[in-house]
Amino acid sequence: MTIKNSLRSQPDASGHFGSFGGRYVAETLMPLILELEKVYKAARQDPEFDAEFTQLLRTYVGRPNPLYYAQRLTEALRAGAPEGPNGQKKGAKIYLKREELNHTGAHKINNCIGQALLARRMGKKKVIAETGAGQHGVATATVAALFGMECKIFMGAKDVERQKPNVFRMKLLGAEVVPVVSGSQTLKDAMNDALRHWVSNVHDTFYIIGTAAGPHPYPELVRDFQSIIGREAREQILEIEGRLPDMLIAPVGGGSNAIGLFHPFLDDAEVKMIGVEAAGEGLQGKHAASLAGGASGILHGNRTYLLQDEDGQITEAHSISAGLDYPGIGPEHSWLHEIGRVEYMPITDDEALASFQKLAALEGIIPALESAHAIASAEKVAPTMDADQIIVVNLSGRGDKDIFTVADALGVEM
Amino acid sequence: MTADRLAARFATCKEAGRAALVTFVTAGDPTVAATPAILDALVAGGADIIELGMPFTDPMADGPAIELANLRSLGSGTKTRDIFHLATTFRARHPHTPLVLMGYANPMLVRGSEWFAGQCRQAGVDGVICVDVPPEEDAEIGPALRAAGIHLIRLATPTTDAARLPAVLDGASGFLYHVAVAGITGKQQAAQAAVEQAVARLKAATDLPIAVGFGVRSAEQAAAIGRVADGVVVGSAIVDIIGSHGDAAAPFVQEFVASLRGALNANSPHYRETTA
Repeated sequence: MTIKNSLRSQPDASGHFGSFGGRYVAETLMPLILELEKVYKAARQDPEFDAEFTQLLRTYVGRPNPLYYAQRLTEALRAGAPEGPNGQKKGAKIYLKREELNHTGAHKINNCIGQALLARRMGKKKVIAETGAGQHGVATATVAALFGMECKIFMGAKDVERQKPNVFRMKLLGAEVVPVVSGSQTLKDAMNDALRHWVSNVHDTFYIIGTAAGPHPYPELVRDFQSIIGREAREQILEIEGRLPDMLIAPVGGGSNAIGLFHPFLDDAEVKMIGVEAAGEGLQGKHAASLAGGASGILHGNRTYLLQDEDGQITEAHSISAGLDYPGIGPEHSWLHEIGRVEYMPITDDEALASFQKLAALEGIIPALESAHAIASAEKVAPTMDADQIIVVNLSGRGDKDIFTVADALGVEM
Repeated sequence: MTADRLAARFATCKEAGRAALVTFVTAGDPTVAATPAILDALVAGGADIIELGMPFTDPMADGPAIELANLRSLGSGTKTRDIFHLATTFRARHPHTPLVLMGYANPMLVRGSEWFAGQCRQAGVDGVICVDVPPEEDAEIGPALRAAGIHLIRLATPTTDAARLPAVLDGASGFLYHVAVAGITGKQQAAQAAVEQAVARLKAATDLPIAVGFGVRSAEQAAAIGRVADGVVVGSAIVDIIGSHGDAAAPFVQEFVASLRGALNANSPHYRETTA
């Protein structure tokens, strides 16, 4: 195998994944971004850094988490599947990668631990982060408490109102939650204000970006920290089934859990992949599907697919899942979409809501609404595959945070 | 370039022994219809160079004042074609006043850099400041602007150290914009000593005129910075006046700009001679 032909050798030296990625930040931030790149390169070569990261993932996060065969879901889908040419019912075996069992209930913590270790290496005592639903905010506040760092979380004022339990969690963990009243008062505006704070406090503050997006080296380092998901899944499926899966499915907002699952498999041509975008009310209405309904542009430090109008103004995203409610996507996904290595499938709010309930009823697992999008995609794809084929779905987070939203959508009063 | 209005204006100011007054407003704030009168008020008040902000939904390098101006403009329906129309008509009314477009990459590049550079040339725009395209990503916008004879004005900040400065200067033209504070527009005020030190450092590295901005809000501050820099940029303070007075802002803008210009004039030895 030549490294040159590997799909796993991106980004290039200047942080580009094909025509995507890069470093589109104000001059004030450039020196810091370059310094971060240097520190990250050194950390990656340092066995002690890796040892500490791995140790914390094991003893604090609870890794490895299981790869679980969802037998009842598999069988339910087979019951409605057509017969294959051999007379046997179609319907692939569905495995769930249980990221929701991590400490703090989602994949977010993997990345936060990695970045907190980098912050400490750079001598920064303060961390900031943006958050939508509050999951990344809680994960950042958690590692800040763990490392004894001062923590500020920027959160859209609308989200502060919608996500009171997570706001309280962050405060319990010692973080200051800053409500962002600018713009649409949601995730993208929280990111704007986090960048504004960072540019004014570069000397002592580290920005823990929550997804595999932003200026280089963030998309690369977030991916690397999240790749533990795919490395574990690969090892586990080889042990259980003795072979690689036929299909990987993961939800994509910014896309950190998806790239974490996909990346270790990118060079295995026989493994197909689906990234699931939030189609909201449908692609003709309000949605958050940047690849299906957007175009290449520049925002928040990187070139990537964005929801925008003909003048390049960013349009508002919508998804029932706050974690997918963002008008952009990580640059590596834009590249994987463009070269056709990964298929991106839109799933609507209603489809995700149905799968949210289905997984709870069939498997006793309440998924995050983000993850429910991936389950909905698996429900569509599994019946078209043979019964001896294997799908791995990333169950990126647990759904406790979403019960109010779901109850509201179903018209249930709590 | 047929005539380098920026170079000519800096030369005129130097001859007069004062710093150039660079003023910023957002195009279409509060409306496209109200903008020409505001631009004329800047010129009438004594502005040497006009920075016309291109509104963007996500102006992450800007503080509350200019962010609100962006939202007011977009809220009233400003489109990119309106901005180039404002530039074209400004050029017709003020053939000698340099006009610089300032903004973010996405609205500038959404139709491609050649399209943008071509529009700038047709409209008589002299230079472009693109906040979120650092030298590392110059290929996105630099070559097209240079080919069209439009200055690409770069930013140097307190974090731009000696090792990095040559990269910033490579491909910079028109003038060098020194961002006086590590931060967003309109917030903190830089210490005068730090500004003086920075300008001296930049002057040692380039022959380009040095304009200083970010956090310059009063005539006194403008005068102090004008004593060491080739240009003084005032933005948020003017944008605040537009925020308060809306469609009727032009005379208030003119009065404030005249006070800034008066303070810069007072630095000039020639000015003292003629008024003594």
